[in-house]
Amino acid sequence: MGKERINNLFNKNKKEILSIYLTTGYPEIDSMPVLAEKLAGAGVDFLELGMPYSDPLADGETIQYSSSIALKNGIDFDQYFNQAKAVRQNIDIPLLFMGYFNQVLRIGIDTFLDKCVDSGIDGLIIPDMPPEVYKNKYKPIFDKYDLGLSFLITPTTSDERIKMLDELSSGFVYVVSTSSTTGKTIGFSDSQIDYFKRINKLNLNNPMVIGFGISDKQTFRIANKHSDGAIIGSAFIKALKDSKDIEKTAMEFAQNIIK
Amino acid sequence: MQYEVDKLGFYGKYGGAFIPELLHSNVEELEDNYLKIINSDSFQKEFRALLRDYVGRPSPLYFAKRLSEKYNTKIYLKREDLNHTGAHKINNTIGQILLAKRLGKTRIIAETGAGQHGVATATVCALMDLQCVVYMGEIDIARQAPNVSRMKMLGAEVRPAKSGSKTLKDATNEAIRDWINNPKDTYYLIGSVVGPHPYPDMVALFQSVISEEIKKQLKDKENRDYPDRIIACIGGGSNAAGAYYHYLDDEKVELVSVEAAGLGINSGESAATSVLGSDGVIHGSMTKLMQDKDGQIIEPYSISAGLDYPGIGPLHAHLIESGRSKVLNATDEEAIKAGLLLTRLEGIIPALESAHALAALEKIEFKPEEVTVVNLSGRGDKDMKAYLKNT
Repeated sequence: MGKERINNLFNKNKKEILSIYLTTGYPEIDSMPVLAEKLAGAGVDFLELGMPYSDPLADGETIQYSSSIALKNGIDFDQYFNQAKAVRQNIDIPLLFMGYFNQVLRIGIDTFLDKCVDSGIDGLIIPDMPPEVYKNKYKPIFDKYDLGLSFLITPTTSDERIKMLDELSSGFVYVVSTSSTTGKTIGFSDSQIDYFKRINKLNLNNPMVIGFGISDKQTFRIANKHSDGAIIGSAFIKALKDSKDIEKTAMEFAQNIIK
Repeated sequence: MQYEVDKLGFYGKYGGAFIPELLHSNVEELEDNYLKIINSDSFQKEFRALLRDYVGRPSPLYFAKRLSEKYNTKIYLKREDLNHTGAHKINNTIGQILLAKRLGKTRIIAETGAGQHGVATATVCALMDLQCVVYMGEIDIARQAPNVSRMKMLGAEVRPAKSGSKTLKDATNEAIRDWINNPKDTYYLIGSVVGPHPYPDMVALFQSVISEEIKKQLKDKENRDYPDRIIACIGGGSNAAGAYYHYLDDEKVELVSVEAAGLGINSGESAATSVLGSDGVIHGSMTKLMQDKDGQIIEPYSISAGLDYPGIGPLHAHLIESGRSKVLNATDEEAIKAGLLLTRLEGIIPALESAHALAALEKIEFKPEEVTVVNLSGRGDKDMKAYLKNT
């Protein structure tokens, strides 16, 4: 399906699209597929499956923590793909991998994308992929596999650069709500709302999905007022960390946001 | 210049800026301004004056007579150990602090492994009256207590990096995350020729004063401005970059980089990146690094905290790949032995990092008339514990 599955989701004109990020291999090595099913069952619209990395520069404490536990649990590339494949067999919502450039480079871009297709992955988020390098070197390869990247834009990204990142993105652009690593802030300030409005005025080709700083129903609502969807990561990982019954927690977490 | 960085920040296939968008504006501000500022007269005047009057440059180029006799050749030591704060690190921190001030930054952050760069950063922050936060791995804080005290005495806040392996690479990650969270007022003062472009080029420029002086000093002493060989240790590679800089295009000068082999190249406890590493991205730069089959970065090991880094600067990756520099390595034991030898032959106690460069003397066949310069990057006061434990 690739890009099509993501595009279909945004073309449905559904209000308040919710995405949840979960770290593959956390809290137990095989938790992810079960959690993904519960989230999808509760009505989550698409999932970001994190590929734990030893040196995740864009991530704050919570996601770093979950990644380090997952790596200690022994998670590896084969399992990212196998677990994603297992998820894909049971649910039909878009699945994105999120990982760092070095991981993709190490396994080889072609091999990586080929396995993504085979596992039913529809898109990718690689926060440290430089857009210039992507454009000149990797985009044709991504195109070949009918997969795309969602680039990040931040409050310090210029309008001109936002347009360039939008051109290169597929599926959606990932609007980082704040100049910070993940899980650092809660709630939105006036200047953040102004920033969302500024991006809206640019009439981008892609839908915009807001991430970073969304933790509950209230922030989810506000984010959706100014965008086509919102992503929750750290708050969900935190809920799992404190949970004795992760399946129940996952279901309740999603239900509390959606209801 | 053949080995100069290109417009996109690459040395051959290495370098670049592989950074999250969150860092783009920070790095762009630097990239747009660094050359303009560094090449301005007012900057050069202030930089040169501080190097002379505050750091104590030029550092001597010392003909090591007894060491030369031992190896039956001519060996000069470039005495970076005599700089203020005891190592070459201060050349770079002086340069970057002047740049930070001109960019209007009010808060300085840095990473440190052994604490040498942390001390050099805290020193220039005290000098310029700027707020200073140094990230240091929790494990390194415990094993480098004297430098932690020095940084605190100088007014810096030392923040423990508790993520990952709790050493230099994680301190670097934490510093980068701090920079993401404080994009406006904060300047990230990197300590080596690593990180996203323009850092490797900028740090090499500031350290290039080392080879600039070697040229003049050799002219006086040997009546020619080049040696046959330069030997320097590399962790990230800033002292080597400085010692090589003005000779990069002069192919008759052999460049010998010495990596830390730790307990032995194949012991699983090593930091010999060029042998054990492969191409990848670390701290925003494409280079050679130590990683597993999935691209997870492997924690290196060396007795020398300054060489205990899983990558090398992209310039060095390019020099190695193109054959311009030659890599040797030295184990913990060989470095200790070489450090003790220099102490007894010349009355100079070298830093363990520099002792790795000296250990390479055992592995080279010299001709009597050849001139070799060893970059003595730092002094050994901080390493007394390790020396005493191993003698």
